[in-house]
Amino acid sequence: MIEKNKDIVIDFKHYQAAHCENGVSSNLLKHHNINLSEPMVFGIGSGLFFSYMPFIRLNNLPVSSFRPLPGMIFKRITRRLGVKIVRAKFTDPQKSMERLDSNLENGIPTGCLVGVYHLTYFPAPYRFHFNAHNLIVYGRENGSYLISDPVMETPVTLTREELMKVRFAKGTYPPKGRLYYIESISENHDLKSAIVQGIRHTCKDMLEIPIPLFGVKGIRYLANRMKRWPKKLGDKKASLYLGQVVRMLEEIGTGGAGFRFIYAAFLQESAKILNQDWLNEVSKEMTQAGDKWREFATISGRIIKDRAGKEESYEAAANLLLKVADMEEKIYRKLKKISLD
Amino acid sequence: MKKAEVPQDNEGLLDGKLREVCYAVDESGNYVTVLSTGWTPKNAALKQAWAEVNEKVEEVKRKVLEGKLSPVAYYMEKNIMNLKLLSQYTGISKWRIRRHLKPKVFSKLDNETLAKYAKTFEIPVALLKNFNENLNQPDQHK
Repeated sequence: MIEKNKDIVIDFKHYQAAHCENGVSSNLLKHHNINLSEPMVFGIGSGLFFSYMPFIRLNNLPVSSFRPLPGMIFKRITRRLGVKIVRAKFTDPQKSMERLDSNLENGIPTGCLVGVYHLTYFPAPYRFHFNAHNLIVYGRENGSYLISDPVMETPVTLTREELMKVRFAKGTYPPKGRLYYIESISENHDLKSAIVQGIRHTCKDMLEIPIPLFGVKGIRYLANRMKRWPKKLGDKKASLYLGQVVRMLEEIGTGGAGFRFIYAAFLQESAKILNQDWLNEVSKEMTQAGDKWREFATISGRIIKDRAGKEESYEAAANLLLKVADMEEKIYRKLKKISLD
Repeated sequence: MKKAEVPQDNEGLLDGKLREVCYAVDESGNYVTVLSTGWTPKNAALKQAWAEVNEKVEEVKRKVLEGKLSPVAYYMEKNIMNLKLLSQYTGISKWRIRRHLKPKVFSKLDNETLAKYAKTFEIPVALLKNFNENLNQPDQHK
C-alpha cells in the first residue's frame, strides 16, 4: 500500500515549450538524456499537418486543425528513436491515481492527458472544454502534485482532487486518465534517419492523402469555402467561422502561424545535423509561408473586429490561403526528395 | 517572423499567468525562441468566442429571471456546457436534465440532485437555489 502523504520529488527539469505535446515529449526525452529541442521533436514526430473538417464541430463551428491527432507526435518520435514507451487508460479515477503514485514511487516522471476547462493554473480566457492538453507529473509535496506543464514558464502544482478532475474531464475525446511514460531508451538510435523518416512522413501527409480535406489540398478547400461564407452564412456566422480558423492557427502552442515557424526551425537544425545546406533554403521558404499565414490572420482579425478596409475581405483572406497552399506545396515537393546523403 | 516583430499585444487574455513561446529568426537568420504576451488578431478571435458565450449566458439569465428557465440552464450555459456534457459530468440523464430546466420541476428538486449540479458547477447549493442573489457577481470569464 502506498503512503498517500509521503513526499516524493523526482529530479526533473522543466523547460517551457510552445506546444504541450512537443514539450512533454522533449522534456521526457531530456530526462533520459536524449537532448532534443522542441523543433526536433516536432519535426521527427511529424507534427505538421493541416485538415479542414466542416462536418466535425467544435463550439458548433467547423474544425480546422494544424496538427495530427493528440498523442501522435510522442508515438512517432519515440518509435523513430527506438524508445520504449508505456501507455495506459483507465475507467476508475482512483486506480489511475494509484498508478500515477506508484510511478512516482519508482522515480518515473509521467505524462498525462488532461482537459483544460478545470485546469486551475491556466489563464481563464483559454479554459474551454478542450481535452487534448498534456503535462508531466514529477512529484508530490505537501499533499499537492508537482506539475511540469510545458506551456507554463515555471512548474505548477495541482491538488489530488484537481488533478483527478482534469484527468477525467468529460466531453469530446475524454482523456480517461490516460498516462504515458518512457520505459527504456535505445543507446544507439540513429538521429539522422529519424529526421529523414519524419520529413518524408510530413510530405506524404501534406501532399498525398487522397481526400481533399487534408494537407495542401485541405488549405485550398478551406479557401474556396471561405469565399462563399459571407453569402452563405451571413456576416455574423461567417465571422465566427473565420474566428475559429484564427484561433486554431494561433492558439497557445503553435509557436506562431500554425506551427510553420517551429517547422522552419526544425529544418534549420536538421540542415546542420544532416550536413545538407539546401535545407536552410527550404527553412527560409517555410518561414515565408508562415509569414503569409500571419498576413491571413491579420486580415481575418480586422474582419472579426469589423474594422476591415475595402481590401480586407473574405475573398482577400481566402486568396492569401491559396497563396500559402502554393508556397507549401513547393516546399513539400522539394522536401519529399530528402535522403541521407 | 523576425525576432523584433514578435508581437507583445498584451490585452490581459493570458491573465498574467504566462507568456507564450514563439519561434522567430534573429539578425543572423537563426531561429530563436521569444516570449510573447499576445497578438492583436488572435486576441480578437479569442474575445469573439467569449462574446458569443457571454451573449448566450445573458439571454439565458434573462429567461431565468422571467421564470421561463431554471438556474440549471443558466449555469449550464455559463460553464459552456450542453445537455450531453452536463449529463456526463453530473451522471444525471439528459432527459431528466431537460426537465430540470423547467422552473416548476427545479423548485421541487431534492437536495441530493441539487448537490450534484452544485458540485459540477463548483458553486454552493444555496447559490443555485437563490438565483437572484447571485446576479451581481462578476462573470468568471472575460
